[in-house]
Formats: sequence, C-alpha cells, structure tokens
Amino acid sequence: MVLAAIDPAREAELRDLLASMNDAPGRVNADNALVPFAQFNTLHFARFVILDDKTLEDVRVYGMPVRTYPLYLAFLGDVDGDPDAFVVELGKRAGKGLRAIFSCCDGFTPDTDLVVWMRQHSCPPIANYVNCRGRTVRRVREEAVLKQALDEYLRIHAHALSALPPREVFTRLLGFVNAEKSAKRLILSEESSTPTAWWIKNALHLVGVPALVLLASPLLVLVAPILIFRLRRLEKTDLELCWRVDQAHSDALAFSEDRDVTNQFTAIASRKPGFVRLWTLMGILLTIDYAARHIVRRGRLGRIRSIHFARWVLLDGKRRGVFFSNYDGTVESYMDDFINKAGFGLNAIFSAAIGYPRTNWLVRDGCADEQKYRNFLRRHTLPTQVWYKAYPGLTAIDLERNRLIREGFESSSMSERECREWVALL
Amino acid sequence: MGRTSMRLSEIDYSDVQGLVRFGYAKMKQASYVHLRVKDVAAARAWLRSAPVANAVTKTPPPSTAIHVAFTAPGLEALGVPPSILAAFAPEFLTGMADANRARHLGDVGSNAPAQWEWGYGTSVPHLIVMFFAESGRLQALIQDTRGSAWNSGFEEQRWLGTADLDGVEPFGFTDGISQPRIDWERRRDVTRPQIDYSNVVALGEFLLGYPNEYNKYTERPVIYADSISAADLLPAEDAPGKKDIGRNGTYLVMRQLRQDVRGFWQFLNRQADGNFAEAERLASAFVGRNRAGNPLVPMQEQPIPGIGPHPEQLRLNHFTFARDPMGASCAFGSHVRRENPRNTDYPGRPTGLAKLMTMLGFGPGGFRDDLMSPVRFHRILRRGREYGPELLPDHALAPAPPNDPERGLHFICLNASISRQFEFLQNAWTVNTKFSGLTGESDPLLGIHEAIPECPISDNFTVQGDGALRRRVSGLPQFVTVRGGAYFFLPGLRALRYLAGVGATDT
Repeated sequence: MVLAAIDPAREAELRDLLASMNDAPGRVNADNALVPFAQFNTLHFARFVILDDKTLEDVRVYGMPVRTYPLYLAFLGDVDGDPDAFVVELGKRAGKGLRAIFSCCDGFTPDTDLVVWMRQHSCPPIANYVNCRGRTVRRVREEAVLKQALDEYLRIHAHALSALPPREVFTRLLGFVNAEKSAKRLILSEESSTPTAWWIKNALHLVGVPALVLLASPLLVLVAPILIFRLRRLEKTDLELCWRVDQAHSDALAFSEDRDVTNQFTAIASRKPGFVRLWTLMGILLTIDYAARHIVRRGRLGRIRSIHFARWVLLDGKRRGVFFSNYDGTVESYMDDFINKAGFGLNAIFSAAIGYPRTNWLVRDGCADEQKYRNFLRRHTLPTQVWYKAYPGLTAIDLERNRLIREGFESSSMSERECREWVALL
Repeated sequence: MGRTSMRLSEIDYSDVQGLVRFGYAKMKQASYVHLRVKDVAAARAWLRSAPVANAVTKTPPPSTAIHVAFTAPGLEALGVPPSILAAFAPEFLTGMADANRARHLGDVGSNAPAQWEWGYGTSVPHLIVMFFAESGRLQALIQDTRGSAWNSGFEEQRWLGTADLDGVEPFGFTDGISQPRIDWERRRDVTRPQIDYSNVVALGEFLLGYPNEYNKYTERPVIYADSISAADLLPAEDAPGKKDIGRNGTYLVMRQLRQDVRGFWQFLNRQADGNFAEAERLASAFVGRNRAGNPLVPMQEQPIPGIGPHPEQLRLNHFTFARDPMGASCAFGSHVRRENPRNTDYPGRPTGLAKLMTMLGFGPGGFRDDLMSPVRFHRILRRGREYGPELLPDHALAPAPPNDPERGLHFICLNASISRQFEFLQNAWTVNTKFSGLTGESDPLLGIHEAIPECPISDNFTVQGDGALRRRVSGLPQFVTVRGGAYFFLPGLRALRYLAGVGATDT
C-alpha cells in the first residue's frame, strides 16, 4: 500500500483524475489510460481511496485536542508473488498515469523517481488476511474457464451422463478435460514453485512468533492482570458514538456498492487513548495476522467465507486505524456475517476505536447491539474512488468450487465418497 | 414507574392492529386502496376516528376489518414534524424505489421502479387502507367507511382488488403455509445462541417497542410527552420517561407481483416434453413442496418449537434441511429453501468444546457448510393476497386469449426492521445468484432470470442429484414481474391517533 499526503491545492484535480478511471459509477474501466489494471496478470484487487476521515472530532470525548492530519491518498493492491517486483511493473506499465496521480501529492516533483517514491511511501499492514494463499490470478482465471468448459460439455451431454455413477461421470469428464488440454483449448498451468526464501521466511514466522511470545510470557503473566483490570474499567466508561449517518453520506456509499457480486470496504477510525488500548489492539491484530497466516482454514476467516482479502493498517503513530476488505454480497449481509459469526473477533479489534458499542470482557456485547454497530461502522466507512477486481462475477465461494473441481482432476485417486462430493460440485 | 415494570411484559392487544395477529382467513374478500392526502384537516379527522381493527380476540370473530398504514411521504403530508419523521428507519424514509435500493432488491430490468404501475415518483401513495370482509360484505364495508371526511380528505389513487383462490397462489401451489410464531408472551430467551431450529420468534421482530432477536429494541421515534396527545402514547420500555411512537407498530412491505401463470406452466411442460406429471414434479422442485404443500424432505422427529400441535401444521412444517445436506430431496435453490433455510446459529448442533471450535471456524468444513446467516434474524410475517382469476395449470397450457387478465400476488409482509428482514431476505437469499454455493441461478419463481448488464447469468435452476449428476434447467423466463411497491408504517392504534393529531392545535 502506498500512502501519500495530498497537496490541498490539488485535491479537486486528483478527484477528477480518479473519477476519469471509472466508466460508470463504482465501475472501473480496467483498461483506463492512467492505470490499465487489466494488464497486470498478478493483480487480484486494487483501489485508490482518499482517506477523508469525517470523525476526527470524536477524540474530544476523551478531552483530547482534535489533531489535523494530512488528507491521504491510499493506493493498494493484492498481488501474487513479490510485491516489490509489482511496484517495478507498475512503474513500467502505468508510470505516466501514476505520475499524474501522485503529482497531486506532497513532495512529488517531475524529477521524482516513481518506483523509489512508491517504496518510500509504502505503508505495511499490521494484519493481513488472504482467502486462499497461493491461488494466483492466473489460476483463478484458468479454473473459471475450466468450469465454463465443463458447464458447456455437461449441457450437451447431460442426458448421457445423468444415469452414470459418480466415478464414471468423473472419468468421462477427465477424458474430456485431457482432450481439451491436448488440443490447447484448455490450459491448466503448473504453478511455478514458491521460492525457497518464502518457505524459510514463513517457517521462521510460524515458529518465531510463538517463541517470542513464550520468551515474553513471564512478563505477560505479570502485566496481564493489570491490563485486564484497566481494560474492564475502561470498558465500563467508554462512550458510544453510534448515531445514524445522514442521507448524503449513506447515498455516497451506496452509489458505488452492489455493482458486482463483490464489494469493497474501507473504514477509518481514531484509536482510544492510552497504552492499555494500544497494547491490547496490537496484541489482537498480531494474533489475527498470525492466525490468518498459519492457523485458519483455507477460505475461512473464522466462520466468515465471503472475504477475498482484508488488511488492517495503523496510521499516524498508531493513533488511527484503517480496515480494507473485499467481500462478497452486500454490506448488509457482510455486517450480518460479522455480527452473527465473528462478533468476538470483531469486538476485540474494533473496540479500540473511539465510539464503538460498549464491549464486555473485550469480546462480548459490542456488535451484539446490532443497530448501534451498523450505525457506528457506516459512520466510519469511506467512499472508495477507484476499485478494481480481476474476476468480476466470481465470489470467493466460486473460486473455492472451481479450485476443488480442478484439484479433483489432478488428484491421483479418489474414494467413492470423494467422487460423490466432487460430482456434487458441478 | 415501579408499578409499570410489571405491566411492561404484557402486550396490550387493543393497541395493536389486528393484521399483525390475524391473517383473516375467514374474511375471503379484501381490497386495498392507495390514498393521497388532499385536505390535511379532513384526512386527520377521518384517521382519528377511523374504525381500525385491533388484535383482541372476540367471540364471535368480527366479520370485517380495516387497517391503515402510511408511507414516509404520507406522514409528511399529514404534518408529522421532521424531528419525528427522521427517527423512522432510513429504508422507510428513502422508500423502496430508491435507485441504490432497487439494485439491492433486484428491481432492475423489467422489474425496475421506472416501469412500475405504482410506487415510483408521483405514484407513491401516502397511505393504504386495507379492507377485509367475509363473503358478500366488502362493498358495504367500503361504502360505510367512506364518508364526508374521507371524500374531502383523500384522493383515491388506486384500488387493488384481491381474489380468493382458496389458499392457493396463482401458479397453483398452496400458499402461506410457513409463518413464524410470534412470541406474544415474551417468554423466548434470545440471550443464548440458538442451537436448534425454532419457529418461535421474538415479539420485537414483528412489533416495534419490544426486544428483538438480538435482545435489543429496534430504532424508532421516541419522544418526551410534551403535549396532551403524546400523553396517551405508551411508554418506551428502553427509554425511561419517554413515549414510544413505534410501540405496537411495525413496517409493512407491499409489492405487487405479476405472475405469468401461462408462461410458468408452458415452460415446465416444454422441459418435460409434454409429460404433465413430470412438469408438475419439476414445478415442485422449483418450489420445494408439492402442490398440496407437502415438503419434499421427511418430517423431523425432534420437536420444533412453534410448529404444531395441529396435525396439518405438523405435516406441512415439521421439517428442517439438516437431513438433506446434499440437496438431493429438496434442491438448494428451491423457493422454500431460499426463503427459510431453517438453519441455526451454528452448523451441526455443536455443544461444549465443539461449539468453541465451530465459533473459531473449525466446525463442519464442507464446501456448503456454514454459508448462511442464521435465519432467526431474517423472518417475515406474510399477509399477502392473490389477485386475478384462477387459471388451473392444465388450462394454462392453452395460448393466452386476447385481453388475458393479469394474475399475481399482492405481497405483503410485516417486520420491525425492513433492512434486516425483508431486504436481506430479498437480496441475500431470493435474488442472489450465489445463494448456498450455487451460481448462475436466482429464485426459480421470484428471482431475476433476465440477462441484465452488470449481473451474471441467472436463468438456471439446478436439481441436485442423489449420488448422480445434477440436472440443470436453463433458460428460465421471468415468471414474476414487480408492478409496484412501497414501504409503509403500520402504527399501533394510540400512535395512529397521535400521528393524526401531532402538530395540530392540541386542544
């Protein structure tokens, strides 16, 4: 993610530039002249969003002075492979457009080296979630084509196949797919192997983080009671700022939503003051980052199956936090998923935000006050100026199904039960 | 106030419009009129003394009933102050025809509000008056109701007639079978996760002013009793010292759905190569019940709270889909499975450690497991009626005569939160082309089947096989078209009198 302060004098110009990348409300032109997203074969999602936080005055409830932060432009993408290589590719294919966009930001001059500048302004997430690690854009697209080919084949041959046992159906389809592959009408590429360096890094992370926690545990045991005691005190006195947003704000958000089966989400808030809140938040986010990387089931963030990518970023000396995600369905069903299926995790994180519905033992209550929570979140949600998705019309569940179908073809043997389950995916 | 806490738990049926409690099955005739306020004073005068039926049970039961509900422009036209109006639900205030909302509800293409007969632009009604009567008494009821105040107060914008098809909707299926049972006594404990499916739903899901399934009070206008008329309002249970304008009221969603009965049966008949029994089987797969209403899955042995004890009710509703995880008996995309998946808070009835594991995302891990939101937050109470003459399925195969009359359903549902109940149901389950791990299909009856820009293919229907390849039906035409719709507020009776008087001189 690139984060840069916008030159106030050029904000309007920047907004116009970003708007020019869309050809309909909420719908990017994937081949737009500034950043032709469609040319990047490793890019899943991308967005430009102006972090125009309208809730800065919330800090007043803690008697803190209202700070003025620069108005930031955030540019983020979810990519396969080395992010650094992607930045170089961006410079190559979209250099002119990006220069035009970033020239509206502070400190960007005609002589600035774009790639170096983007690296300097990169802002790493504190926690990151990927629906399915290792599933590349190429893979997603190839599997979608495979699914289409199978649908078409089944449309024509349904009658002949309908009476066959699952294994026979599978064998016939495997024959069809192999023939298509030989005829080069279907491509199911071998994934290039993950670099050894990545594996080493991942293994170190897997072992290293618990080791550090273990080392720090005597200290944690000492600190925890104090932390918990303080947190319980704070929870009982924190103020809720959960009023309903006005119609104009609501319309601005709704305008760019529900244009595809997937939607984008950006929300920003100020953190509650004090070390207790800061440490708790850091602890929770680092736990989530670790769990998302090593523990959670593929395709599931806890019980939630509708998120493609999500990330949490802390800004301005960790005084503010931003949450970005790409999810399937409407914002209503997304909120519904969070409240009903992952309320505890949601509370643990977002209770650090000023005005969040009051929690109990950090994970209870909070968003269970459903309307307050929806109001709270809508208040903090930002309209996203440009949003790109590499595979319109496909949900995370679609990608999961297509992956399972493909893996069936590549598995060396399947039991009767696996055969039945595989046929049920079609 | 100490004494009132005793009374808080009891519902005053005389303040609730009877439509919330009764479906008026014996009142075979019904007619709805959309009104616009012509003269505020006269309109208010009529409303203050309107003989609106309450929910008290009477012996013998009454033979007629009248109900009144308002749109947001209607409340405004009556002079309800902006401060009160603003506290109603946002979706009620923006209305059903709002462009962003229409996209959300699937009201696009031929369903788009711009094509509606009513409910768009100037054709949004101010209020609806609903007349119900036993056979032969409707005209007299309407005549008696219209008086001078009515005539000078309102412009009659549109009459919507209904037909008595004897509990069968125009396509020929028994209708209105599954309804939630309202917890009028407020005994339901919603503070714990629901592990088993229950048909009993918290009172606050259907009436404002009571705790809902989250054990919270849904937002609604509450005010300080600053006038004589406000003094008559009931107190707000969750806001001491305040009066509750929403209490005993609810939101009423109305949609006129045109049903292409000929198109429906002719399509099915073509799919079945002219074998009508086979066409009926496919129609049952669409619906998820046969024409008599019997579910396609077996009855559940374990009791389901809120279903029964009447044997007919048990036969029709004592089931869940827990024993049909592959959709082999009742297709995943069938109408009844979309409208009420009969699921719970956690998949697989976990307890103890298993519940914790499920909560953390390590419960059942199959492709279709845990895809849906718990249904208890998305129930609606249906009060719709059919319109147009009966057309039996075998007659529907004949080509349409000239001037073939329109047939359909005046869909009406009641809910305390339009966005969480009706809209969620419509968006996430009814029209969603990705429901329950499916793709490329919308509700076979109500869904969008047209190719629409920005909307993927949606004209399929899949019948899952039992250990065999699924059957996919393609090219479903649009069977149901939205002809109009609006969101109304159906107030409690004290609130009705209050709304009809607020802002006027209070003496």
